[in-house]
Amino acid sequence: MPEQLAFALEVTANGLMAGVLYALVALGFVLIYKASGIFNYAQGVMALFAALTLAGIMDGQVPFSHLINAVFGTDVHHFGWNVPAFLAILLTMVVMIALAYVVQRLVFRHLVGQEPIILFMATIGLAYFLEGVGDLMWGSDIKSMDVGLPQGINTWIDETTFEVLGYGFFIDNLDIVASIIAALLVIGLVMFAQYTKQGRAMRAVADDHQAALSVGVSLNFIWILVWSLAGFVALVAGIMWGTKSGVQFSLSLIALKALPVLMLGGFTSIPGAIVGGLIIGVGEKLFEFLIGAPFLGGATENWFAYMLALIFLVFRPQGLFGEKIIERV
Amino acid sequence: MNMKLKLTTLALGVTLAAGPAMAELVFPSLSYRTGPYAANGIPFADGYADYFTLLNERDGGIGGEPIRMIECETGYNTEKGVECYESTKGEGALVYQPLSTGITYQLIPKATADGIPVHSMGYGRTSAKDGAVFKNIFNYPANYWDGASVAIKHLLDVNGGSLEGKKIALVYHNSAYGKEPIRTLEELSKKHGFELSLLPVDHPGQEQKSQWLQIRREKPDNVIMYGWGVMNQVAVQEAANIRYPMDQFIGIWWSGSENDVRPAGEAANGYKALTFHNVGSDFPVFADIQKFVVDAGKAAGAGDQIGTALYNRGLYAAMLAAEAAKTAQGIHNTTALTPAQMRDGMEALEITEAKMAGLGLPNFGPEFSVSCENHGGNGLVAVSQWDAAADSWSLITGYEQSDQDVLTPLIEEDAAAFAAETGITPGC
Repeated sequence: MPEQLAFALEVTANGLMAGVLYALVALGFVLIYKASGIFNYAQGVMALFAALTLAGIMDGQVPFSHLINAVFGTDVHHFGWNVPAFLAILLTMVVMIALAYVVQRLVFRHLVGQEPIILFMATIGLAYFLEGVGDLMWGSDIKSMDVGLPQGINTWIDETTFEVLGYGFFIDNLDIVASIIAALLVIGLVMFAQYTKQGRAMRAVADDHQAALSVGVSLNFIWILVWSLAGFVALVAGIMWGTKSGVQFSLSLIALKALPVLMLGGFTSIPGAIVGGLIIGVGEKLFEFLIGAPFLGGATENWFAYMLALIFLVFRPQGLFGEKIIERV
Repeated sequence: MNMKLKLTTLALGVTLAAGPAMAELVFPSLSYRTGPYAANGIPFADGYADYFTLLNERDGGIGGEPIRMIECETGYNTEKGVECYESTKGEGALVYQPLSTGITYQLIPKATADGIPVHSMGYGRTSAKDGAVFKNIFNYPANYWDGASVAIKHLLDVNGGSLEGKKIALVYHNSAYGKEPIRTLEELSKKHGFELSLLPVDHPGQEQKSQWLQIRREKPDNVIMYGWGVMNQVAVQEAANIRYPMDQFIGIWWSGSENDVRPAGEAANGYKALTFHNVGSDFPVFADIQKFVVDAGKAAGAGDQIGTALYNRGLYAAMLAAEAAKTAQGIHNTTALTPAQMRDGMEALEITEAKMAGLGLPNFGPEFSVSCENHGGNGLVAVSQWDAAADSWSLITGYEQSDQDVLTPLIEEDAAAFAAETGITPGC
């Protein structure tokens, strides 16, 4: 096989893997938008907050220790124990559910019926508030995220492709795990929406708030449920991205990677987020490999992803899988 | 009640009219304890503050004059940095450490017009080394181009003095900062016959798969990195993922803190980073900091950053500012300083091993001297290496001088262009 073709295949495979990671972030946006019409600007910060909380719990860190020490003159930082990853994930999920409850009770319950732009503004406020609280709660140092996920080159793929194609492909074990988890997550979310009472209520609210209310569905409960699910997706994304780069403030910027995915896949479709992520991932990596690096000096991925999404947007404003917007006079 | 109000107003008026006590030595600290780079900003700010606190508590300040440090939060944001400058310069600020290349570029014309010196240590505009043009800007002891040159010098040393036919890749933050070493490396590649490939990484740098796949395909003999923030941690992890030999991977000093290597764990072992100051806490001054600052409850932070690369950098910056102030006091035979006098002290600064040892900082930085023509020191840079098991950096070379034959003409060219652009007449 020609060397360039083998390289292009490797880039495509890595693009697919990167796309899955983008899709993981996009999923959180889709869940909330679908159920409440809110474009949740805070989704990236929720991933950061979830990852910070998980790393802090695993490390046995005392939350708000700087504040406690400053107010009471104490010197407490750690409880002196480490929490196993599985238990820490469960505890973090409890925190994310509590956050969903607080957000719903204190913010969005009072904004029911408001214009979408008002709800969007509220999520901007929430994002900055969460950033501050996360910082205050767990500190701003960079934390390692080690929940036992494998990292580094997959030697089986490397050796097999070398035997077959004469060039060993690099595929990161973490990306493979992320792909499996994303697939399970999507299957789980779809099954939840289709086959559970709460899932059906969630879909009813997504279709028509008023109609859902009229048949006795609790809007408050559904929104708390949806924000909790988005919190869970944020936690998964936080674990994956945090394992790659450490848990730090910049984790909140992964939302930037999700926006072109949403533009392409549509804001209301779970499969759209996955397919959009894959198209963006492969598109940006192949463009960088074939045109960006050789002819444009490289670093084309960020703007190319948005350009690709823009092209799709021009021809299909609702995205690939979004619901078609029909307004009759 | 009326009388109380009047008295309070009178007292406030008197206080405002008196202004800041002129005998205080004011050192603003443009820190970033919040925002995306807080993890790097906090240790630097702590080191900077703790050294001044030590001088106040142990020595009663500098030359008997107390130090007042004004901390202003920039969030590593250029606009906020300029606001900090504007809001603190009236306090009698002696010297600014902008702690950001973007803020430095904005302050160059402002501080020059206001007559306040700026010290951009290891960042900012490289050609500010030319003191004949940049009269108020100092960037001693080393700049970005010194870093690139010493990285190549180190590679020459480990390759038996020749880089002929070798491939070297530069992975850089796709910004003005990251592009700084390109011209220098291009000149050095012509001189030493190595092939240079350029791999930009867009901000913030969380996704670098394309760049590291390219490195895996092209197999460069060495990788040099000019990164910042999350880009560093991801690059080290990606290098580990493709099994790139860590001892052939060298970062600039802004890619050389504990934050950059710890997330990758054992895999980061052997990674190298350039530095213009020493590492660790095995220096006598740290005992004094423990006694007079930390144990006295006056530490700027939690006291858990002492000895880290960035804490030491902040401490080193404060030490250089304090030594320049002492020099200024000696030149002008006064203990209360003006910014202009501080500038004179910076321009006459000489750091010797004897002086550093006397401060409890033996071999903490290179020996260097500053002059009217040379605001950048002698371009001495060392290489450090990360030991993951010991969780520490250690110097593996002495302070080596950059290639002045290559760098001096580049600096003169850039400074001359700036002088022509801004209408400055160079001269000492």
